Amino acid sequence: MGAMVDILKGVMATRSGKIGVVLVTFHLVLALVAPWLVPFDFDAQSAVIDHAGPSLAHWAGLDILGRDVLTRTMLGGREALLVTLFGTGLAVIWGSFFGVLAGYLGGRVDDLIMRSVDIFLAIPWMIFLLLVIASFGNAPMVMILTLGFFYGIGVVRMARAATLEVVVKDYVLAAKARGESTLSIMANEILPNVRDVLMVESAMRWSWMLLAFSALSFLGFGVTPPTPDWGLMIANSRIYLALAPWPVLMPMIALSSLIIGINLTADALAKSLGVDKTTRALV
Amino acid sequence: MLRLIARRLIFAVVTLWVVSMVVFSAIELLPGDACQAFLGQMAQGKRLENCRTEHNLNAPAYVRYADWALGLSAGDLGKSIKRSKPLEDIIGPRFRNTVILGMTAALVGIPLAILLGALAALYRDRRPDLWISFIAIFCMTVPEFITGTLLISFFSVWLGWLPGIVIMRADAPLLDVLSKIVLPVMTLTLVMVAHIMRMVRTSMIDVLASDFVMMSQLKGVSRLRQVLMHALPNALLPTINLIALNIAWLMGGVLVVEVVFNYPGIGRLSVNAISDRDFPLVQAIALLMASLYVGLNLIADLLALLLNPKLRSRGVG
Amino acid sequence: MTAPLLTIENLSIGFRGPDDQPVFIVREVNMSLAAGETLGLVGESGCGKSSLLLAMMGYYKPGLGRLSGSLSYDGEDPGLISSHQLQALRGGGMALIPQNAGQALTPTLRIKAQMIEVLRLHSDLAPSAWHPRCIELFERVKLPAPEQMLKRYPHELSGGQQQRVAIAMALAGEPNLLLLDEPTTGLDVTTQVEVLALLQEICRDLGTAMVYVSHDIQVIQKVCNQIAIMYAGEIVEMGSRATLLAAPVHPYTQGLLASIPRLHQQTLPRPIAGEMLQPVHRGSSVGCGYANRCLLATDQCQATSPAPRVVMDRWVKCHEVEAAVAGELIRPAQKLLAPALGENLLLAVEDLSVSYQRPSLVRALLGHKPLATVQGVTFGIRQGEILGLVGESGSGKSTILKTIAGLQRSLSGRITLSGTDDLAGPVESRARGCLRKVQLVFQNPDASLNPRKTIGEILRRPLELYFELAPTVMNDEVDALLHRVNLPESYKGRFPGQLSGGEKQRVAIARALAAKPELILCDEITSALDVSVQAAILKLLLDLRADSGVSLLFVSHDLAVVETLCDSVLVLEGGEVREAGLCAEVFKNPQHAYTQALMKAVPIADPRKRKDENDVVHIT
Ligand code: SF4
Repeated sequence: MGAMVDILKGVMATRSGKIGVVLVTFHLVLALVAPWLVPFDFDAQSAVIDHAGPSLAHWAGLDILGRDVLTRTMLGGREALLVTLFGTGLAVIWGSFFGVLAGYLGGRVDDLIMRSVDIFLAIPWMIFLLLVIASFGNAPMVMILTLGFFYGIGVVRMARAATLEVVVKDYVLAAKARGESTLSIMANEILPNVRDVLMVESAMRWSWMLLAFSALSFLGFGVTPPTPDWGLMIANSRIYLALAPWPVLMPMIALSSLIIGINLTADALAKSLGVDKTTRALV
Repeated sequence: MLRLIARRLIFAVVTLWVVSMVVFSAIELLPGDACQAFLGQMAQGKRLENCRTEHNLNAPAYVRYADWALGLSAGDLGKSIKRSKPLEDIIGPRFRNTVILGMTAALVGIPLAILLGALAALYRDRRPDLWISFIAIFCMTVPEFITGTLLISFFSVWLGWLPGIVIMRADAPLLDVLSKIVLPVMTLTLVMVAHIMRMVRTSMIDVLASDFVMMSQLKGVSRLRQVLMHALPNALLPTINLIALNIAWLMGGVLVVEVVFNYPGIGRLSVNAISDRDFPLVQAIALLMASLYVGLNLIADLLALLLNPKLRSRGVG
Repeated sequence: MTAPLLTIENLSIGFRGPDDQPVFIVREVNMSLAAGETLGLVGESGCGKSSLLLAMMGYYKPGLGRLSGSLSYDGEDPGLISSHQLQALRGGGMALIPQNAGQALTPTLRIKAQMIEVLRLHSDLAPSAWHPRCIELFERVKLPAPEQMLKRYPHELSGGQQQRVAIAMALAGEPNLLLLDEPTTGLDVTTQVEVLALLQEICRDLGTAMVYVSHDIQVIQKVCNQIAIMYAGEIVEMGSRATLLAAPVHPYTQGLLASIPRLHQQTLPRPIAGEMLQPVHRGSSVGCGYANRCLLATDQCQATSPAPRVVMDRWVKCHEVEAAVAGELIRPAQKLLAPALGENLLLAVEDLSVSYQRPSLVRALLGHKPLATVQGVTFGIRQGEILGLVGESGSGKSTILKTIAGLQRSLSGRITLSGTDDLAGPVESRARGCLRKVQLVFQNPDASLNPRKTIGEILRRPLELYFELAPTVMNDEVDALLHRVNLPESYKGRFPGQLSGGEKQRVAIARALAAKPELILCDEITSALDVSVQAAILKLLLDLRADSGVSLLFVSHDLAVVETLCDSVLVLEGGEVREAGLCAEVFKNPQHAYTQALMKAVPIADPRKRKDENDVVHIT
């Protein structure tokens, strides 16, 4: 626990880290309490006019169907956050398990895992995501599992690379010579030493998964209307951008600020942990 | 060396073969067969039966896989459920358009990214680096559909310089295509440059701190020559494969870009195919995209092999 | 007297700490060098010798800079001239021969391109003359097949060849001053001898001045006529080789010379207590940098920095020079007599062969035998015996050790412990009780302790694994272990990063002891340490053996260390045993030509063994 506080202190020591943490915390808290804060029902249509600009009652105006944009923006990140948080968790857990295993054991196991990774990477993930959603629906669980699976592939590569730097160290050999079990070596000797890299990479991956989720909902596969969602809001209102910018700009700002917040935090985290030399590649 | 190349080639073919099986079985595993999916849950009786016979769906899975795979190796992609035209004619021109889009983006993006990455590394933690890195974070975090939308509203709605939505037939002549892709390419390039630039920067920072760059400086070599002759090649070599891998991953974004700009490419086709539940079409597209990916990585591998003296002599020895 | 080639006055190098306090890497250094003179800078790692050397070229590592003082080469200060002049100077007037030539050559450029780069910048030759000049230079440094060498890439050359290329490259600009940064560290002894001979020859023939930086005074005395001893950023003693080595004055120089293990010396080297403080810990303290380890230290030493004085034809920086000259500060101790060795063979290795190639079906089908790294090695270790395994890189000495530890599969042969336990198989196949009996200590103390665990956790782990102990007993046990390796109990809560190299190595030894082993395998465990610290570890090992009767298998490339520590020795070359026997006999009368060559290659820091023609005392 004390280590976590230290890490947070390190992140908050830089300006970008501060901005990042504030943005992320704001979005997380908002997602939790928004249902009790919103001024209107997200699906309620104002009978009088649609596409009205900001007014005293509707601070961010109304959309084409006359629904309150502010309400919908406040609620529009909840499903995205839910799915991507759990999805990233899943990806990191399975990805780093196999990555560390491949890196530590080497030889045939490594070959097998990495060749499978190469093959899975060749599968066009976006098409597959759409296909799965089209067939099984877009329940959060379906999304978490598929996103978690595809994003875990990159984690395997990353975790393996980090492990390869650690396994050559003599303390791993020492543990092996002592007769420690494979699981114990992975948990006690390797994991603590790749933890920093894993943390930074997970944060980055969270932001990329958010990008993917919003792209899905932009294409109409993410959430089912009338559930409010940023990507879908942008997709529905973007043709009226010149006419009524608010319904597009609000979710745009919300989504971008969240993702930029995560990235700034990850960058500050990397700097304060001294792991800013990782490749930080997508896969 | 030859053996290494041969191994890469064999592995590429094996990858494609396995991918084809994964794609095929994944679609098998989805609820309902292709005809059921296309005609809807309610469909039954004669129509469904006809469709199934026409697409040979009553045969066992392995027979259909063998048929499909044999057809593929002969250049026959299969039959669409919805459209009567052969799949080659539907996919062909659109595939061409997507390749043009992707290649243009890569041709513009990669050199730009290398330049920016090298600059950022040279000015590490100083003003140029901070600006480049900040803009890069911005570009890689804003989703393509937002960048695309903003570009459209700026360049076509506000300035009126460029067409916002691409209106053209899929099989339009090459020149027509090239004149219409400025905005889609820009959208794709921004993300790509941001990602590749960061990789180049990290690798370059490593190399700049190496003994041989310091040594070249202590030999009295000018700064420009240090960077171009000693640092840059060694920074780029290990990133070639990584760059290819990431471009391939970013190609997932092509789907969105094509939808945003209404661009007649394979990405938009795949979205439509999935919406239509035209499984044979989806299957063919998925395999094409996979081969694009495999091809890209193969080129990167061979390039790395050719340019890296260490790999080259390992192959000999 | 002509104007000196290089003058350094009051030079301090370092950086500004958090509260703008200067942190010194190099502190108030004064020296000068005449044309054709050779100066050796000797000091432990972290004493600032490399920073001083690079400063002569006007180069400071990132983050460092000149804090005060002045430098002049040929009348100009490299820090004040234009970047154009600086580029002409570097590689032209003065040239660097780097520590690790393998990493200092650009991997993507052919040797020829890198040679020509220097010729283009620093010679007036026409392009057509470049190639012949390269060949000429390569012949000068005795590179075999110069034509082919030019076409190669750096990684296609051996370590010794890379170093020769670096020397040729430095000579290409016909410099007046050569700067050498540990040019032979990392090379095998026999290669080192050749490179040193080459450097001597160059000095003699070309009359180039030289500043040679090394941690190894025995190497320095082979090449240099002047020696400067550096400690904690300062030059503490400087004078001609003959005077300095014959009668060292500064307490550190005395300690350093006494701590070096030498061939045929029947005594145990004497360690200097403690370790050098790192620059950040020294801070901007005003006292003598050696005060924390010095036996003569007084209150004055803590309070003020000693002013340099000229004593006995040399330049010394010490408050207590008289006491140091008078007192016999370091008295070499007698070598401990080996305890009566048990008759029983503890470890028996018979006909051991090891290969790094993975067994492959294809190769087996084709009838190819895997390439063996170790071939038919047989030896034994008795109870309480210390056996030295010596050889150069590639001799298979570490491979044998790894195989006994079970980290490397053997191809054939038998390894048995106490006649009963079979050690031929890998770790996974061994019983826990058998694993306990054989413990391992590694070369690099920085890598052998998990940086995320406290010293207490590290020592507790083998206790948990091998013994069932109550928590309180466990704690006492950890304290006792720390005590045995002379570390305070308070170290339990520290992380490895907070310890110095020697302390880390003690922890690694304590971790091995925790298992109450019968055999400890030591893989070059002192070669990453400074000599003054190495002596202490050697003493510790001898004490442990005397206390507990544990046997040691001691792998090393350093013959003198092996002769000092071991009872018997095994000389390896190319994976085969060349000579074996008791240390006393083998070292006195080596039979095999390879052993003789190895022994001849050991540089000996004894001024009487070298003819001194033109030693001039040079004092600034
Ligand atoms: S000045 Fe004092 S502490 Fe320093 S070496 Fe001399 S006697 Fe020892």
